[in-house]
Amino acid sequence: MRKYIVRRLVQMIIGLFLVASVTFLMFRLLPGDPTASLLDPAFTVEIRETIIERFGLNEPIHVQYIHYLQSLVQGDFGRSFYYRRPSLEVLGDKIWNTLILMLSSMIIAYGIGVIGGMILSWKRGSKIEWGGITLGLFLRSAPMFWTGMLLIMLFAFNLGWLPHSGMRTPGYEAATTFAKFFSVDFLRHLLLPMITASLYFLGTPLLIMRNTMLETHGEDYIELSRAKGLSEWRIMILHAGRNALLPVITAGALFLGQALGGQVVVEYVFGWPGLGREIVLSAQRHDYPVAQTAFLFLAFMVMLMNLVADLFYSYLDPRVKLK
Amino acid sequence: MAVTTMPQTKSKSGFRRSLLEPFLDFVRRDRLALIGILIIVSFTLIAVFAPFLAPHDPRDMLRREDGTLARLDPPSLRHPFGTTNLGRDVFSQVLIGTRAALLVGFLAAFFVTLIGTNIGIIAGYYGGWVDSLLMRLVDILYAIPLIPFVIIMMALVEPSIWNVIWGISLLTWRTVARIIRSQVLSVSQRPYVKAARMAGCSDFRIMYYHIAPNILPLALLEMAFAVGWAITAEASVSFVGFGDPTVISWGQILHMVFLTGAIRTAWWWVIPPGLAIALLLIGVFFTARSLEEVVNPRLRRR
Repeated sequence: MRKYIVRRLVQMIIGLFLVASVTFLMFRLLPGDPTASLLDPAFTVEIRETIIERFGLNEPIHVQYIHYLQSLVQGDFGRSFYYRRPSLEVLGDKIWNTLILMLSSMIIAYGIGVIGGMILSWKRGSKIEWGGITLGLFLRSAPMFWTGMLLIMLFAFNLGWLPHSGMRTPGYEAATTFAKFFSVDFLRHLLLPMITASLYFLGTPLLIMRNTMLETHGEDYIELSRAKGLSEWRIMILHAGRNALLPVITAGALFLGQALGGQVVVEYVFGWPGLGREIVLSAQRHDYPVAQTAFLFLAFMVMLMNLVADLFYSYLDPRVKLK
Repeated sequence: MAVTTMPQTKSKSGFRRSLLEPFLDFVRRDRLALIGILIIVSFTLIAVFAPFLAPHDPRDMLRREDGTLARLDPPSLRHPFGTTNLGRDVFSQVLIGTRAALLVGFLAAFFVTLIGTNIGIIAGYYGGWVDSLLMRLVDILYAIPLIPFVIIMMALVEPSIWNVIWGISLLTWRTVARIIRSQVLSVSQRPYVKAARMAGCSDFRIMYYHIAPNILPLALLEMAFAVGWAITAEASVSFVGFGDPTVISWGQILHMVFLTGAIRTAWWWVIPPGLAIALLLIGVFFTARSLEEVVNPRLRRR
């Protein structure tokens, strides 16, 4: 077990190194001048050269690459062209904001989706099943940014119940770190983006759970439970449901990666100060160090989540041996 | 009853018959699939005839009868979906936007399936170091989130609809490759593949003549899903403002609503393009679901 984790961590580090290299190449080799945003055309030639030298942009590409890797290892992710601060500092809090939004909507979506999927498979062939599948497919089809806009129109502008943008009311100062994330003000801001994302995420667990539940129906142990006289609910949740859960978790782990990327538009619509919104903003400002760092962090988070999901999977199903 | 065996015949006509038969059978029996196909066909027709169907040029700044600019007019007979803040007809824009969605959706899905299926077949058939190498590559690509990748790519290169298609294709084949590979692993163990090898068929012939037809239904299913992702990805990238500025797409229409702050009042400008995306994707997913039942007979209604 420990051996497995160590091997996976080593693989992850190699993977990160490769993603970092791909990112480096992408930013240097694609056409487009990374210095354009950094340099004001009004600068004199000397100032221009000083700045280019300070950011190390005058050196040949392989030297830049080695410097880049050296600084990554030292935890230096470069200085933001726009904020004029280390990009790690710019992104620090935003990582947590992204995680809070994603995990809370994922938990809600999986909770409702798994239970909904069980019910759909149990009501096979009925109108409920048909309606549930159609609803699941519709939720997966409606783009998140559009659902978000509809919710903003309804709850923020028409009814005026919830804020339409941001994470905290301007001027609001939290007394403690705990209050920062558990205050009424924060939760009110979280509610709409969370609902938007979980509506979209809901379709996947709902449909997969239904499909895998259907496969358990003919199994002997279900017949046996029925013969024992257990109630249908008990069979559905404790016997069939438990066994059908595994593929949902595997799919969920892969889906997490997709969700992290897809969440960009939710953060953008709701002005949620997370990694995804920062990627859009830094791409608009041509602030490459920040875009690059945010991108690396997203990749790192996806890898980490896949590892955690694999470990969780082997815990749930002892037949799966990790080698 | 549906034909449950996958094609294994070598004659050309038999191959086509047994491949299409279960699918046609499902279209007849599965109402969702029929609706799905109807939706896709309707959107295709709209895309082809969009310039004739659209009542106005989508870029024209239209005026009211009294000569003032038709700014943010609510829906009327003249403008079924109202107008934008610059007096452009939303209905015409949505009709023309169908073209971008279908172009990106189908072309990207085609490339994704083409790359993914080939890599999957090669990895699954040869195994060994070829397999490990390709699958490690797939693992690494899995860590890269699609939409941020395309956004950054668009920021670096010239934003054009072709670059969006390339961006999506370069990354999304990973899923198809992984799924096809595991199917090829099991297909290569079948007796007729071994028989073909004994008979001295070349690797190429075994891979593309004997194995490929058996994974075709699965590849088609993955292609349907890829259409869905590609359309969503294009819409998302255009929505955050990194789409092709010269092409009217549904995501780009919504970008303009959001940017101008018209979301506060102009519901007629927000609802139609989003509904169009959702409707087209539903058509794709309905079709995909019926393909899924062809590929995985355990899901079928008994």
